[in-house]
Amino acid sequence: MMHITSSDRYQITRLRSFMTNVFSMAAGLVVISMIFLIAGVNPLFAISEIFQGSFGSVYGFKETVTKAIPLILIGAGLTLAFRAKFWNIGAEGQLLMGAVFSTWTGLTFGNALPSVVIIPLMFAAGFLGGALWGIIPAILKIKYAINEVISTLMLNYICAHILTMLIVGPWKGATRFGFPGTDNLPDAAILSVIPGSRIHYATLVLALACAAILTIVIYRTRFGYEARVVGENPEAGKYAGINFLKTTLILMAISGGLAGLAGVGEVAGIHHYLGYPASVSSGYGFTAIIVAWLAKLNPLYAIISGIFFAGILVGGDAIQISLGLPAATVDIVNGTLLIFLIMGDYFLHNKITITFTHT
Amino acid sequence: MEDIIISTLQRTMVAGTPLLLATTGEIICERSGILNLGVEGVMALGAVTAFIVTMTTGSPWLGVLAALAAGMVISIIHAFASVTLQANQVVSGLALTMLGIGLSGMVGKPYVGKPLISKMDDITIPVLSDIPYIGKALFSQSPFFFLAIFLALVSWFFLQRTRLGIQIRSTGENPKATETQGVNVFLIRYLSVIIGGGFSALAGAHLSISYSKSWIEGMTAGRGWIAIALTIFALWHPGRAIWAAFLFGGIFVVQYLMQPLGISPNFLAMLPYIATLLILVLISLKDPRKLNAPAMLATPYKRGER
Repeated sequence: MMHITSSDRYQITRLRSFMTNVFSMAAGLVVISMIFLIAGVNPLFAISEIFQGSFGSVYGFKETVTKAIPLILIGAGLTLAFRAKFWNIGAEGQLLMGAVFSTWTGLTFGNALPSVVIIPLMFAAGFLGGALWGIIPAILKIKYAINEVISTLMLNYICAHILTMLIVGPWKGATRFGFPGTDNLPDAAILSVIPGSRIHYATLVLALACAAILTIVIYRTRFGYEARVVGENPEAGKYAGINFLKTTLILMAISGGLAGLAGVGEVAGIHHYLGYPASVSSGYGFTAIIVAWLAKLNPLYAIISGIFFAGILVGGDAIQISLGLPAATVDIVNGTLLIFLIMGDYFLHNKITITFTHT
Repeated sequence: MEDIIISTLQRTMVAGTPLLLATTGEIICERSGILNLGVEGVMALGAVTAFIVTMTTGSPWLGVLAALAAGMVISIIHAFASVTLQANQVVSGLALTMLGIGLSGMVGKPYVGKPLISKMDDITIPVLSDIPYIGKALFSQSPFFFLAIFLALVSWFFLQRTRLGIQIRSTGENPKATETQGVNVFLIRYLSVIIGGGFSALAGAHLSISYSKSWIEGMTAGRGWIAIALTIFALWHPGRAIWAAFLFGGIFVVQYLMQPLGISPNFLAMLPYIATLLILVLISLKDPRKLNAPAMLATPYKRGER
């Protein structure tokens, strides 16, 4: 007879955690290969194309870094929210609200103010927009016991519709020839890029700094500790006198605010005007959830996992062209990797022993 | 005028049908304590499966069965992750959505934009369908419409009155106590997730072989997420889900009618989501217990834990 028993593993070393991630990803790649094989695509070729396309060429790598900017910003913010077990899946909406706020700022003051003033103003406005959109579900959860998964999801749609209303209505640009979208931002309100790429470096620096600062906040400050207690042991938090409303409001203001910053980067760094919501957010808000998860909810690791998943996005575009695969292929890769990461977590936290007994 | 009322009503019923199917499934799933955010992905997979099978075999009903099977099979992934591995259900559900959308996009690529020849005939109930105004809308509809209402009513009865239904509900409320009654909590949760997946896939099948009679990537258009919201809007009750689904369906139809009147379609499209949040706030203000959420929703159950 074979017996499988599982018991809690109390000591988790950093090496074990890292190796579990590596094995999970490898196992995920095996399954992805099988899916490619069934679809009639040479898996080795497809997977090497993905990584060639994203990390194997200078052009590809520049694109990877470009797409990593919003993923790092949002992913880092999500690590904080998820640590407090606040399941913010509304980063799409928070990004869009940041884009709306910063576009308004840029269009209104961009012609009157120099770049050094208007750019920080736009980032501040974007953070504010994302933060406001982030604290609504926090209030709804703490005050009215409304599940944040639902409220953040609803707010994604509401924000997307508000944005569309603006760009087909009052904000519709005279230079768009009747098509939805605002006019281009004034030159002063546009982020400069590293020549020959689309990397808007101001946002990149901001993203790296935010990830670093957030790591210190989570591990070294009283607020970071309180956020973790709210998530891990709310009962103890109540006895310790933690103000749940205040802590949740602050952490969602940060999480939403960082998504808002990503929205500023997309508008002022990539598109230069506010267009349809789907083109502004590009699903970064959802991809960033995997980024945060792969980073084991550590903002600093979100930099690495952000670059990795940006690479998959860029590589996914590459195989669409070279292998004629549909856009959704990236979703298969992301979904499968995520499932295997979850499974890996189980084996990280539980010790599985198989014993054989003779009967 | 009469024509407008009839066609609005009729399109409301059509728009509400997939919402009702998916919502009923999610209610059963969540009643067992498992949150499944994979509805959108499973719906997409159901849509593509139903379309391909209907196209190749020429039989829409085979397509429906195939979609049902595909939806149930892929949902096992979520059941395994959230029940056996006690994983985070939010993350696992999102993974299922990504996988479902990805797989359907890949499998369906050769079929994009192809028209479906074999049709599913509308069912017209004699006499009743002659009632002025509502007759045609309510009693001459796609089989999916009748199926959706029938399944919602059956699920209502199933959850309230049958032994298995009560076991599902008590698993969602208190899995430990349920287990001491000799019920296999794991099995109940697996079953609920799989049934829920089947419902989502049926909703997808409606979209591809009855509603639009074609397949295109992204055709589910967020309906799966709406079903998750509707589950709460209906307060986890299949009977209320019927009203909720057709109310939302109605708002989708009306938003196009209002456009010529100068009311922004985006404003109207936003209303269902705002209404959901408002209603949740109102219920919570009145009496949070009335929210009626399964007590152990999204909480993994670990055997032998005190």
